[in-house]
Amino acid sequence: MNPVNYLYLAALLFTIGATGVLIRRNAIVVFMCVELMLNACNLAFVTFSRMHGNLDGQIIAFFTMVVAAAEVVVGLAIIVSLFRSRHSASVDDASLMKL
Amino acid sequence: MSPQLAAYTTSTGEAVQFWMLGTVAVLGALCTVFMRRAVHSALCLAGTMIVLAIFYLANGAYFLGIVQVVVYTGAIMMLFLFVVMLVGVTAADSLKETIKGQRWLALLCGVGFGVLLLAGIGNASLTEFGGLAQANANGNVEGLAALIFTKYVFAFEITGALLITAAVGAMVLTHRERTERAKTQRELAAERVRDGRQLPPLPAPGVYARHNAVDIAGLLPDGTPSELTVSRTLRERGQIRDVSNEALNDLRALEQRSEERLERTPGEPADLTRRTEEASK
Repeated sequence: MNPVNYLYLAALLFTIGATGVLIRRNAIVVFMCVELMLNACNLAFVTFSRMHGNLDGQIIAFFTMVVAAAEVVVGLAIIVSLFRSRHSASVDDASLMKL
Repeated sequence: MSPQLAAYTTSTGEAVQFWMLGTVAVLGALCTVFMRRAVHSALCLAGTMIVLAIFYLANGAYFLGIVQVVVYTGAIMMLFLFVVMLVGVTAADSLKETIKGQRWLALLCGVGFGVLLLAGIGNASLTEFGGLAQANANGNVEGLAALIFTKYVFAFEITGALLITAAVGAMVLTHRERTERAKTQRELAAERVRDGRQLPPLPAPGVYARHNAVDIAGLLPDGTPSELTVSRTLRERGQIRDVSNEALNDLRALEQRSEERLERTPGEPADLTRRTEEASK
């Protein structure tokens, strides 16, 4: 097997995640799809690290994980406070600015 | 086979692992997107992340593989499940489209984007694959540590600042400042009397002697189930079991069986309804 297949898998997962972000309207599921995209990027980074024979790709993937953890904490806090104020987790309901 | 080519292809074991677990990963990702309930999505995503952890291990990123399991599936997905339990139990995804044709356009965009990405990778000239044997010679964790604390030390410091900011931000966002004094129990009781709402405790669920589960509405004297007896969460989810007709149905089945046993002609409908009416009295 050619290790490039890992890159194809990463691209596929990223595409599925991006489609999910566009399709779903539950804010939590949208958030999970963003996580899926981040994970796909990490897989690509790790594969590139193996391709080039140095560890820089893995370092970037590690930083991505740290940033993802921070992002999840803040994002879920926003979703919880949104749910408290309007009793819905649907991203379509948050359209107060719309005429 | 030249050494260059030998480094370029992986072992058969890794190939088998890739094709089997890759299928699982893609299926998990698809389920994450297409499952109706957020809990199922979260579980499918956790499965995909575990598969990705195995792929990291296979690619020589031993530290990242373990961190993926501990941080992603252990911490982040559990945080997701907490919030789903907090928020999403009643929030079923509505299927009504607010923008006409948005779903199909989104699918089309997704497929187009995927084709573009895959074609880009296919066209790239990825001819050499180094392998991590040399970089991992002194151990993967040691190699990563050497890089983090020399070349990437500033990024590492900034990450610390980011984590502190995130922790403070989460606390500020979820903290609710109390703007008025909390009502005492006496004031709450007085308010209830003034409003004329339900004064005694709410009636208990369950039909005693037959069922006492909390999802079964208690019956009123006339035999109709009372919604008041079941908890609000179950009511909103529509998970109330109705057993008010069960006794009559049992009786009807019994009648039918006894008539079959006695080889009578199926009883006259008037007779049956009269008897069931008697039983329900």
